[in-house]
Amino acid sequence: MLHYVIKRMGTMVLTLAFISVIVFVVIQLPPGDIVTSTLERMEASGMQASDEYVQNLRARYNLDKPLFLQYLNWIFNFVQGDLGYSYIYSKPVNELVWERLGYTLLITISAVIFTWVVAVPFGIYSAVRQYSIGDYFITVVALVGLATPNFLLALLVMFFAWEWFGISIGGLYSMEFRDQPFSIPKLFDLLSRLWIPGSVVGMGGTAVTMRILRANLLDELNKPYVVTARAKGVKPIKLIFKYPLRIAINPFISTLGLLLPTLISGEAIVSMVLNLPTTGRMLLQALLAQDMYLAGSFLMLLAILTVVGMLISDLVLAWSDPRIRYE
Amino acid sequence: MSEVALERPQPIANETPDELNFLTPQQLAWRRFKRHRLALISAVILIVMYLVTGFAEFFAPYATTSRNVGAINAPPMNVRFFEHDGTFHIRPFVYGYDLHINEQTWAREYSENPEKIYPLRFFARGEAYELWNLFDGDIHFFIAENDGGEGYIHFLGTDQLGRDVFSRVIYGGRISLSIGMLGIGLTLFLGVLFGGFAGYLGGWIDRIVQRMIEVLQSLPTLPLWMALTAALPAHWSSLRIYFGVTIILSLFGWTALARQVRGRFLALRNEDFVIAARLIGSGQNRIIFKHMMPSFLSHTITTATLAVPGVILGETALSFLGIGIRPPIVSWGVLMEQAQNYQVISMTPWILYPGLFVVIAVMAFNILGDGLRDAADPYNMGGQ
Amino acid sequence: MMSDNILEIRNLGVRFRTDTGITNALNDVNFDVPRGKVTAIVGESGSGKSVTANCIMRLLQPPGEIVTGSIQFNPSRTESFDVVAIGERDPRIYDLHGGLISMVFQEPMTALSPVYRVGNQVAEAILCHRDVSKDAAMVEAHDMLRRVGIPDIDTRIQMYPFEFSGGMRQRVVIAMALVCNPEVLICDEPTTALDVTIQAEILTLIKDLQEELSNSIIFITHDIGIVAQIADYVVVMYQGRVLEIGTVRQVLKDPLHPYTKGLLAAIPGNVPKNVRLSTIATAVGDADITTPFPLKEVGEGRLVSLP
Repeated sequence: MLHYVIKRMGTMVLTLAFISVIVFVVIQLPPGDIVTSTLERMEASGMQASDEYVQNLRARYNLDKPLFLQYLNWIFNFVQGDLGYSYIYSKPVNELVWERLGYTLLITISAVIFTWVVAVPFGIYSAVRQYSIGDYFITVVALVGLATPNFLLALLVMFFAWEWFGISIGGLYSMEFRDQPFSIPKLFDLLSRLWIPGSVVGMGGTAVTMRILRANLLDELNKPYVVTARAKGVKPIKLIFKYPLRIAINPFISTLGLLLPTLISGEAIVSMVLNLPTTGRMLLQALLAQDMYLAGSFLMLLAILTVVGMLISDLVLAWSDPRIRYE
Repeated sequence: MSEVALERPQPIANETPDELNFLTPQQLAWRRFKRHRLALISAVILIVMYLVTGFAEFFAPYATTSRNVGAINAPPMNVRFFEHDGTFHIRPFVYGYDLHINEQTWAREYSENPEKIYPLRFFARGEAYELWNLFDGDIHFFIAENDGGEGYIHFLGTDQLGRDVFSRVIYGGRISLSIGMLGIGLTLFLGVLFGGFAGYLGGWIDRIVQRMIEVLQSLPTLPLWMALTAALPAHWSSLRIYFGVTIILSLFGWTALARQVRGRFLALRNEDFVIAARLIGSGQNRIIFKHMMPSFLSHTITTATLAVPGVILGETALSFLGIGIRPPIVSWGVLMEQAQNYQVISMTPWILYPGLFVVIAVMAFNILGDGLRDAADPYNMGGQ
Repeated sequence: MMSDNILEIRNLGVRFRTDTGITNALNDVNFDVPRGKVTAIVGESGSGKSVTANCIMRLLQPPGEIVTGSIQFNPSRTESFDVVAIGERDPRIYDLHGGLISMVFQEPMTALSPVYRVGNQVAEAILCHRDVSKDAAMVEAHDMLRRVGIPDIDTRIQMYPFEFSGGMRQRVVIAMALVCNPEVLICDEPTTALDVTIQAEILTLIKDLQEELSNSIIFITHDIGIVAQIADYVVVMYQGRVLEIGTVRQVLKDPLHPYTKGLLAAIPGNVPKNVRLSTIATAVGDADITTPFPLKEVGEGRLVSLP
């Protein structure tokens, strides 16, 4: 197991190194940089910038160095915890991202929990009662859920909450807690509202995983080892949970890992619709304003979140499936 | 003795075995596909959607930019056969709008005016258009016009500029659906290219491609799509943006396909029939195209079909955020960009109709893909 | 008084309902399983051997269903009952499964769950049937694994099935089947998936354990060689019917039904050298083997389906 963990961590570091290159390239792609946009602003307001000033500016942001060195400089600082400086907010990126990233994490985790809590029982039911009315119903709901863009779902949820119950579900806290310092009631308020973005973000993934669990379980239900277990006297309910489900859950765990990029993507857009203080909106702003350190940090941190999540899901899988950990 | 004994034991699948022997794999697949009724329906729905949006100029009563200033934010109209007083018309018609201003909220409110009867006319002359920027025409599938030459029809209402939502949905579908196809073409190309090379050549090329796939699959796609589309220059024309967005969407979408093609190639290389072909002296090309291709083509098509929804949903999401397709070109996502908050939706819920079409198209592709997958599996000989 | 037969199968009929039509998998199957003996069921694939076994265990799954007949089960530990007649939720079904009747399957590679340790899977069979502690069950599992010839048990018992070879796995499956000392052991082609040398070992093991535990065995196979080696009685099946019943000596030395004759003629080694081995079909020739004649008794315990 230890061997596997070390191997898997090694791959993760390598993956992250690749990702950092991609992220750096992506944030460098837009024509122009912060200096040219600053100069444009200055010119628009009638000021002239001296060449010396421009050069100083470029030097300050390391823009005078070759791209390769700029990358090394960025990643070296990043690893040390210095995420750079945001031009649009005039603040160190460190002061801007962490709280937002925390909320992103919180919503993503609630989406994962939602996925499990819904997909597992319904997936089991759908497989065990294959071709029953319940199975058809679940299948239809899953197909619709899978086909609905999550921002549309967020809009609809918001719309109906407003139309039918007259409540505004935007934001993470109720009105009375918005500007309050952190407290236990505030925490409960957060938790009571968290399931809305959680379920909206988790909807598509739930539909996918439910279908996968159903298919896996159907595959396993008639495997010889299940018949063997039945033949030795294991009773029906225990039989399903202990034998086919126990195996079917393994690919399900890795699916959840593979789903993380989708969940984090979904979270970015849903939080914009629901007005949640997470990464989505600020990332979009940063991208449009070419605020490269802020955008780069967000992209990199979201990627780290995903990759670490996938690592965890792989480790859980190895813990759950002895065939993997004994490889 | 029991009655059952009188019946002769029958081989499994009573009459089919002999018949099955005469069918080609394609015919067998078609047979299996036909049994999947939902997939068949989905295929029909998609064909209709592509036809209607392909000939959008003809099917849409209005152009995307035409405004009916008398009907701003007007609700959908009902197509009727009966007047309010019960008079029956064989030709369907709609009632025109009556506009009131709500004195309290100052909101525009529309009601049907039973005096204004606009009968539907099919294949009638309406707004002039240029089909695919090539052919001039003014014949529309339907318009609504009374004998005095006045009338309008807004099936799905109008938006805040008085533009016909139904027409815009059709034009938007042209973009959203074609991005799905174009994107999948690119995805297919990249996937088969990388997957094929990795699987066929193996060795370090394989390892690099595999690593690449792993990296790309562990990236949250939407933020990266956002970064890339935001990087498309502002001065580009809508058409260039359209192609740019398509390329960006395919850039991260080919991994699943490549992984599958690679796996198939690897598996097939050691398959008995491929080795047999090699041993009787078939050339490299013959082995690849005659023996290997057919056995993974069907799976590739299936995966491609199942990947179309991802592209459509990606475009919709990006355009909804305002960084995808840019006006004047409209797509389903662009149309929904107006629906950013619930006040707007609560006042004009019909601007969410494009979303309904996204859901239908995506669902149809998913079901079609499922059906194709079942049909493509040569070991799925029937019987549940 | 207790019957000499532990199982008496009468008029058993099974059909499978699929979208391609109804298939009668078993038609009017009749035979007895003598107590404490090895009864072999022989036949080619699709002859209904395994379906019969699944009926005895009540393991038949939809779309298969028993339409006629009875399976009278006369265990020495509890009262006799008709296996077919008891309800789906009758507790006797769980006594049957692994307690009174056990089964060893064809595929040792997939017959064990890959995620549980071998010892646990054997011990579970005990825990399903007897109210003992987990530790006590493990001790018994340990003992049973030793008896089926697993070497180095103390470490092996903690291993996972995928760390075992096919032969070793089949020993585990046998241990699992016998650990509750069932009155009937059904072996459904237990050696088909194994190497020839391992086959012989497993056969010897089954035979030895049968002598030791004196339970009744139903041995399903298509291999006449194995029949000769292990069986006391033989039931020949073809297309869901019983064609011939007798002792192993009677059936192999003096087959009455043309199909049985064909089956024997198709065995390598039964024909002189340099003579081309015939297939079952050519050996059967024009003889009518498809008309379902009722079994008629031609001697004591000797039945054949002929006009």
